Amino acid sequence: MSPLSLRAERATLGYGDHAVCTGLDLDVRAGEFLVVAGPSGCGKSTLLRAFAGLLRPSGGAVTAGGETITGPSPDRALVFQDDALLPWRSARRNVELPLAIRGVPRNARRAEAAEWLARVGLADAVRRLPRQLSGGMRQRVQLARALAGRPRALLMDEPFGALDAQTRAAMQRLLLDVLADAPATVVFVTHDVDEALLLGDRVVVLGRRGVALDADVPAAPDDTLRARVLAALGARTGEEVR
Amino acid sequence: MTLALDEPRAAAQERPAPKPRKRGSRRLVRAAALVAALALWHLLTAANARLGLRFDRLPGPEDVAREFGRQLQTGQYWQDVAQSLVRIVSGFALAAALGVALGVAVARSRWADDLLSPLLEVVRPIPAIALVPVAILLFPKNEQGIVFITFVAAFFPILVSTRHAVRALPTVWADAVRTLGGGRARVLLSVVLPGILPGVFGGLSVGMGVAWICVVSAEMISGDFGVGYRTWQAYTIVDYPGVLVGMITIGVLGRVTSGAVELAGRRVTRWLPGEEER
Repeated sequence: MSPLSLRAERATLGYGDHAVCTGLDLDVRAGEFLVVAGPSGCGKSTLLRAFAGLLRPSGGAVTAGGETITGPSPDRALVFQDDALLPWRSARRNVELPLAIRGVPRNARRAEAAEWLARVGLADAVRRLPRQLSGGMRQRVQLARALAGRPRALLMDEPFGALDAQTRAAMQRLLLDVLADAPATVVFVTHDVDEALLLGDRVVVLGRRGVALDADVPAAPDDTLRARVLAALGARTGEEVR
Repeated sequence: MTLALDEPRAAAQERPAPKPRKRGSRRLVRAAALVAALALWHLLTAANARLGLRFDRLPGPEDVAREFGRQLQTGQYWQDVAQSLVRIVSGFALAAALGVALGVAVARSRWADDLLSPLLEVVRPIPAIALVPVAILLFPKNEQGIVFITFVAAFFPILVSTRHAVRALPTVWADAVRTLGGGRARVLLSVVLPGILPGVFGGLSVGMGVAWICVVSAEMISGDFGVGYRTWQAYTIVDYPGVLVGMITIGVLGRVTSGAVELAGRRVTRWLPGEEER
């Protein structure tokens, strides 16, 4: 399955009458790792929900691979910041979920789920319930569950936002590592500038009036780009920038 | 410097935490409380006390115990118990199945909500026991009427708690399943039904309590058998120890069935946080 391109064209996104962002234009190239940063309430999560098909734009269009997104699809997996694992299912049974939906027979999906968990370093935790796992482990299960569905695009909403610095760094390495074997377009939302520059091929800063900065990240990012991102995030949001 | 650091520790030593009584001694106190109540009952009835309340007419614990022992050896007692249990179990099972099904339907489908909710809201405030005349008219057999009353009694608490549990489910679980490719049926089976169990079991516990109230009342009004019928029967033939035996039997049966519901509830909601210690 080839990575999927995503696109927002003059998109107005919001809930009910309340538009979070209006007339947003954004192109996500197939296979790239795009990091979206921006102050709270500028529509980062809303944009991801629209790409996931959980939210219809009230104006403009949101497309995947050139086709209008009309609803959720296993092609586009969403990894949530808060705990989206089903608490009554063990780690393995959570990872089995996309496989069961796809109709993979029981034994095959058990084996495959166990493989994915081993891939994210949780071979020993297959039988544990989410509440028996640490925050970092739960996010690894979520990542394994998303990847088990073999998505062509991975939408990640501050997936490591609630983790401590050390766990976070380990998760960032793991993510890049796993993506090397399972290529997908990634849209990754974060508040953290360093995380953005470390992970992204490209970084976009969303402001109240659409895209405030759109820059490719070089292999060895210099302080100039960091300064530009910080400037785009604006002094007012300084407290959110680590 | 070291002195200052040591100070809080010294202060803590001065006020030791109250020592929790040991488990065994607590049990002893609890048992003693029961024994004391029995002794008081015995004293009041043996002395034929009339302290505003007329204990001279109330049978004492010995009379009740003797009567209980006698009844336990009769086939009739066990037939009554079995009859009441069959009524409770069938009424309650119907209420659980329909209450959960309709509760989920009303909470998840606008059509079901518009079609069913007005009717349900009109009937809900009527106490199930007030439906006895209607049940007698509607059902050809007495038995069916009593099961119907029991069903109605348990149905509404189960329906209401199910509906609430569905509406209170965090949307993130359903969103996660949908983005993994799951449709409505998959969300229902994998998210809604397991997710509402804690709330549903709350309703089942309440439902079981009300079901007993209503089965006993219905038996008293229109039964031919059953613990409630036998208790009322004992009263009409001035067999007061028999009345108390009936009451105690109802209490024990209620406790056992509620305990069974609670146990089942804990079994299926082991995933809840904080259930480890249980």
